[in-house]
Amino acid sequence: MLRRLYHDQPDNFAFTPENQAWAEAQMTKYPEGRQASAVIPLLWRAQEQEGWVTRKIIETVGDMLDMAHIRVLEVATFYFMFQLQPVGSVAHIQVCGTTSCMICGAEDLIRVCREKISPKPHQLSEDGKMSWEEVECLGACANAPMAQIGKDYFEDLTADRFAQLIEGLGAGQVPVPGPQNGRYASEPSSGLTSLSDHLNRGEAHNASVERAVSLADTVKRIDGTEVPLTTPWLKRDTPQGAEAEVAEVSAADEGPTIVACQPKALAASDGDADNLKRINGVGPKLSSVLNDLGIFHFHQIAEWTPQEVLWMDTELTGFKGRASRDNWVEQVKTLMDVDAKSSVDKSVETG
Amino acid sequence: MLADQDRIFTNIYGMHDRTLRGARTRGHWDGTAGLIAKGRDWIVQEMKDSGLRGRGGAGFPTGLKWSFMPKESDGRPAYLVVNADESEPGTCKDREIMRHDPHTLIEGCLIASFAMNANTCYIYIRGEYIREREALQAAIDEAYDAGLLGKNAAGSGWDFDLYLHHGAGAYICGEETALIESLEGKKGMPRMKPPFPAGAGLYGCPTTVNNVESIAVVPTILRRGASWFAGFGRPNNAGTKLFAVSGHVNTPCVVEEEMSITFEELIEKHCGGIRGGWDNLKAVIPGGSSVPCVRGENMRDAIMDFDYLRGELGSGLGTAAVIVMDKNTDIIKAIWRLSKFYKHESCGQCTPCREGTGWMMRVMDRLVKGEAEPDEIDMLWDVTKQVEGHTICALGDAAAWPIQGLIRNFRDEIEDRIKMQNAGLGVAAE
Repeated sequence: MLRRLYHDQPDNFAFTPENQAWAEAQMTKYPEGRQASAVIPLLWRAQEQEGWVTRKIIETVGDMLDMAHIRVLEVATFYFMFQLQPVGSVAHIQVCGTTSCMICGAEDLIRVCREKISPKPHQLSEDGKMSWEEVECLGACANAPMAQIGKDYFEDLTADRFAQLIEGLGAGQVPVPGPQNGRYASEPSSGLTSLSDHLNRGEAHNASVERAVSLADTVKRIDGTEVPLTTPWLKRDTPQGAEAEVAEVSAADEGPTIVACQPKALAASDGDADNLKRINGVGPKLSSVLNDLGIFHFHQIAEWTPQEVLWMDTELTGFKGRASRDNWVEQVKTLMDVDAKSSVDKSVETG
Repeated sequence: MLADQDRIFTNIYGMHDRTLRGARTRGHWDGTAGLIAKGRDWIVQEMKDSGLRGRGGAGFPTGLKWSFMPKESDGRPAYLVVNADESEPGTCKDREIMRHDPHTLIEGCLIASFAMNANTCYIYIRGEYIREREALQAAIDEAYDAGLLGKNAAGSGWDFDLYLHHGAGAYICGEETALIESLEGKKGMPRMKPPFPAGAGLYGCPTTVNNVESIAVVPTILRRGASWFAGFGRPNNAGTKLFAVSGHVNTPCVVEEEMSITFEELIEKHCGGIRGGWDNLKAVIPGGSSVPCVRGENMRDAIMDFDYLRGELGSGLGTAAVIVMDKNTDIIKAIWRLSKFYKHESCGQCTPCREGTGWMMRVMDRLVKGEAEPDEIDMLWDVTKQVEGHTICALGDAAAWPIQGLIRNFRDEIEDRIKMQNAGLGVAAE
């Protein structure tokens, strides 16, 4: 299926402060240098905030994760949960149409969508409030047929009940998700055939519904205040957060007496600038940060003293500690050796 | 029928206290440090003795898989990755574990990671399970707060971090190497094997990928003993299993039962029988969309385990996701919908699958309407054979098998429809 960016793109994107904090917490789940792993969660968070994935979202996320924009675009177009065009302002409805649901009546649900929302999937309704699509198996087959609306599963649907739900959403209601026929979760609807001492229910709703109900308005776009991401894995050794730790470690490695000092900066590149992205761990974003700090050439980096590396470590906004962690000084020396050797080779060949 | 005290998932419907306190009253997290103290070799041996076969579909022995991990680290960390990308049509069992009995999984992650020398575990949950993700994350946070995860997890002396990661709606990411690619922040395209993940997996480090259910049953097996678990089911098909029954039964449900239970008992005990009675049963897909369908009359006495379904019926247990279809079902259309699914989900890396899934779907399209020649059935069969086995991962096979099952079992119906159409009578079933 051809998936392209939408022709009409908004001019800018920024995470809300809470979502920014969430995104940064998410990035701590992966080892140093593997932040690209967070690309799906971050894109998803951005989509939850904005409704769909815009070009600016792709660029912002790429810069945050030090990834080339094309790599983020690849991910955004590969995974079908990323909406690449605007969706209904109130709800985007995803009807499961795969076999289990199909034989239990999903086609009737799709008919309801065509009548109530728009004749074609991914098309906004006339009032712009709704859009719909048929999706592949959503993994709630024992509760077929079902549809996902926003973040919630609405299960055990009938065409009538589904039509009511859509009308209710359009009128500003927040329906209660979960099975719509009085079932609790995925137990046999006629009564429990196992674990029958469970009949004295300790909880009013199943786990999915309870979370939705506790959040009250689950229809609106998130701003990040709803479900924060705690990072208990950081608590034990980095009470001030990951960045503070990196600075401490590098200071400790070099011994406490070393005082950071700024390496010599150039106002502009001296002739052709070197491609700093050849250094392992340096992407487009970091390369431009370095340029801003007056670093354009490998030979500049090769001459850094430990004091200057330390200064760089603390000045690399968003990438603190990278200079020492990835051992740039050694890396550029190797790169310069390679370049020198290949230019000799070339002159041998041509000579 | 399995007795309640022999069930591993004692809160699968979530009707009891789902918090850590509730899990503890049901016996989870009991003596975890003691199990870990018995050592890596004991755990792996116990898992081998239990006869547990992976619950994600392929049925590979779990203990054996664990033993492939390097015994000594060469400096690289090891990882356990839990495959919670449950997307096989018909399958909805892991969802119930993660939202209602999450502590079975979390405890299992700790023990399994220790057994494989891993200090870090990632759970990769499918993107659509948003509330389930929130529920599972809440349970993980609880476990951290109680000291069951983190440094010296559960007082075992093992440092262990458990992270929840999610996908964004790609079935292919349930394939282990595609899952690893996706977890590294790339498109979910399967890798060539070898190297196998146990040698070079996530971030190039030794990695084992296990299904949610395979990991979640581990603590109970170790607590109650391998022989207890091995006592259920026929030899080589040991244990208890979550069955997810959907389609035309009176009460579809997810239920934990003994392996090797007969189909009839499963349906009668838990699902209120077939809609319209046993004579109304047309076909069953016994193990999720990737296994061939079976004619109803062969299914009633079928034994629900790996060996019987594969050996006797030419199908498979897969994920034990049973899709039941009664006589009102247009079986050709039901299988066509699966073809559409595989076409949609093919990652596009291997040509036989990328082109073949679309081709097969288009022919199935015409077979549904009967607008075809009878010899095209053989051509379709041929093409499924050319896709099968000629791709990097098993998605090509999975796309071919349902169609092969259809042709093998319901060829007469396809031919009838073609005849009707050619005679100008249209499609009777529509």
